[in-house]
Amino acid sequence: MVEPVRGAMRLAALDAAALRLGLAPGMTLADARAREPDLVLFEADPHADQDWLERLCDGCARYTPIAALDPPAGLMLDITGCAHLWDGEAALAQEVVHRLERHGMDVRHALASTPEAAHALARFPIASAPHEEAALRRLPVEALRLEEESAVALRRAGLRTVGDLAARPAATLAARFGEQAVDALHRLLGLGQRPLAPRRPRPAIRVERRFPEPMASTAHALFVLSDMIGEAGERLAERRQGGRRFEAVFFRSDGLAFPLRVETSLPVRDAPAILRLIEEKIDGLSDPLDPGFGFDMLRLTVPHAEPMAPTQLALEGGEARREEGIAALIDRLSIRAGRMQVQRLHPRDSHIPEQAQLALPAMESPAPAPWPRQEASGDPPMRPLHLFDPPQPIDVIAEVPDGPPHRFRWRRALHEVTRYEGPERIAPEWWTAPDGAVAGESVGRTRDYYRVEDARGRRYWIFRHGLYGTEAARPGWYLHGLFA
Amino acid sequence: MIESAATLTALRRRIASLESRSVAHHAHVPLGHALVDRALGGGLARGRVHEFFAGEGGEAAATGFSLILARLAGPDAVTLWLRPAAAARQAAPYGPGLAALGIDPAHLLVGAMRDEAMLLRAAVEALRCPALGALLLEIRGRAPQLDLTASRRLSLAAEQSGVTALLLRMDADPTPSAADTRWRVAAAPSAPLPGNAPGMSAFDLTLLRHRGGRDGMAWRLIWDSERRQFGDGRDERDDHEWQGRERDGGAPLSRPVLSFPAVRPVAGRAA
Repeated sequence: MVEPVRGAMRLAALDAAALRLGLAPGMTLADARAREPDLVLFEADPHADQDWLERLCDGCARYTPIAALDPPAGLMLDITGCAHLWDGEAALAQEVVHRLERHGMDVRHALASTPEAAHALARFPIASAPHEEAALRRLPVEALRLEEESAVALRRAGLRTVGDLAARPAATLAARFGEQAVDALHRLLGLGQRPLAPRRPRPAIRVERRFPEPMASTAHALFVLSDMIGEAGERLAERRQGGRRFEAVFFRSDGLAFPLRVETSLPVRDAPAILRLIEEKIDGLSDPLDPGFGFDMLRLTVPHAEPMAPTQLALEGGEARREEGIAALIDRLSIRAGRMQVQRLHPRDSHIPEQAQLALPAMESPAPAPWPRQEASGDPPMRPLHLFDPPQPIDVIAEVPDGPPHRFRWRRALHEVTRYEGPERIAPEWWTAPDGAVAGESVGRTRDYYRVEDARGRRYWIFRHGLYGTEAARPGWYLHGLFA
Repeated sequence: MIESAATLTALRRRIASLESRSVAHHAHVPLGHALVDRALGGGLARGRVHEFFAGEGGEAAATGFSLILARLAGPDAVTLWLRPAAAARQAAPYGPGLAALGIDPAHLLVGAMRDEAMLLRAAVEALRCPALGALLLEIRGRAPQLDLTASRRLSLAAEQSGVTALLLRMDADPTPSAADTRWRVAAAPSAPLPGNAPGMSAFDLTLLRHRGGRDGMAWRLIWDSERRQFGDGRDERDDHEWQGRERDGGAPLSRPVLSFPAVRPVAGRAA
């Protein structure tokens, strides 16, 4: 693997065979080539590595809920309280290593009481030691993960192992090698802590209510739920967050559970608004929420929360409140009709008419995308109000095959063209075609668009598909849009 | 006699109070066309329901016209366009075309609803949101669920929030409703550009019904997408054409007509 470092191509990683040949990471590519002309090279792709590591990390959720990335090439699993499920820590570690090796990976592992210790022990193999602290003390100073200069400075001072360092008073070390050295040492020896950042964070907020007697009425359950939403809202407010997704689960006493999920386009923590969305969802269910013998537990979780500034009531500008009102309306309509059904139009930079816009769910794109300003030209609209997808085939009579349309038949009605403008020639995106492709083959055909008006004043946008003679023997005509 | 007159006045006042609950929203949306605005007493009433019936093959014209009115009603506010899902699948609104017409597509929300009942429920819901600039409700066919009650519900919701509701009716005949005004919109031949190219969008408007005002008038309007206002659509060719139509019993251009012949459906009067 090679990667560019400060302007030169250098080796980033090597396989075992290359290492045996005496090559080392960090060597320039030219040197390596001079020694070994038959090198097989790949470009280093840190993003792909990261992606792969994340997937492995997600896979490790089978062992513990707290699995964290340790880039560039490590995973950190907190197995506290998980090991007994796999017959002990060693067996669990073996299982993980075994599983990863089956993917063709070279795995080294270590178990330790702090993340830093495990990290260091896995990377710096040492002779076996009676216990963890002794093992740590034998590690070289590089295990502290300090800057390269600090490590060199420590070695110059004659401090070769962690044990040497730990024997000195902390104040002297801090004065000479900086605060970081002492911090790193303390973390390694378990005197200080840095929490893991697991890949799968727990649900931000979770509120539960258990009832001694099952509750047979949905209305009562909703009343309790509104109380729970209020509590969740308070906790969100404490964290200065608002929920984007809420999940309410109704557990029935006979073991069934009804999960209801609602999503919002802006973060909210306003209890009545959330309750209204949930009621909307219940209204829209194809199977009504059946209490059966009663609900014995309700659970509300907020799996997705985003920062939200504390709101100031009244005296606020009208604009913000208006945005909020529209967002709430979008949420309600999206829950009722489905999130794909309420859309906004976004501009796209393309000259192909049907690709010049993108309709996206309004839930996902709350801020209106700015459309390019219309320049003042004094012309009537050049683009139609409605676009047919796909374009509708029409029968056209033209005086000459590559001339303007004379009359056309659409939906069984004949339209006499009284006014027209065109052609506006729109070529396909030839630059996306493979080399050597000719227009009309794999790229698509050129379209000649005409704005036409019929005798009764209806305006249409029609096009001839393909250039007569060169691209198509008998080019077809299509109606693509309607003007106001 | 005097007594009954007093009773009548009291009754009238009572009915008036029942009809429009809030007088605060009595503002108008001027169309910018002097004759139309004068006939409507200043423009389309805000916070009311207005119906637009598309003439035959005039769906695009009616849609365009009501979108323009929605823009006039709330230039910087969001317009919600509720459509039947079947119609939305077939022809999508086209952003570049809207922008060319002077309507900012960023201020447009398009909602596709599965069936008529859902469409009407969503419309009432939307009309309760005062942040909305205008609601455009597209309904196709006879729409049996849009009866007098449903339209009254819409108009009440519109009055309370002050959001103008524009009902876009395709392939339908006017039925009794609680709408403030009712129009027929059709495409009209545009004033040609040099080289006989189609010009600015032109519309033939017929005011079928106007609650508490005169109706039965017809105009031809041209939308100037540049200046974003309506102009009078007459040129020589049109005059010629319209004279021809006048002989057939149609309405002359831009002139209020008092006696409107039997062209207008009887149901239009009924509500």
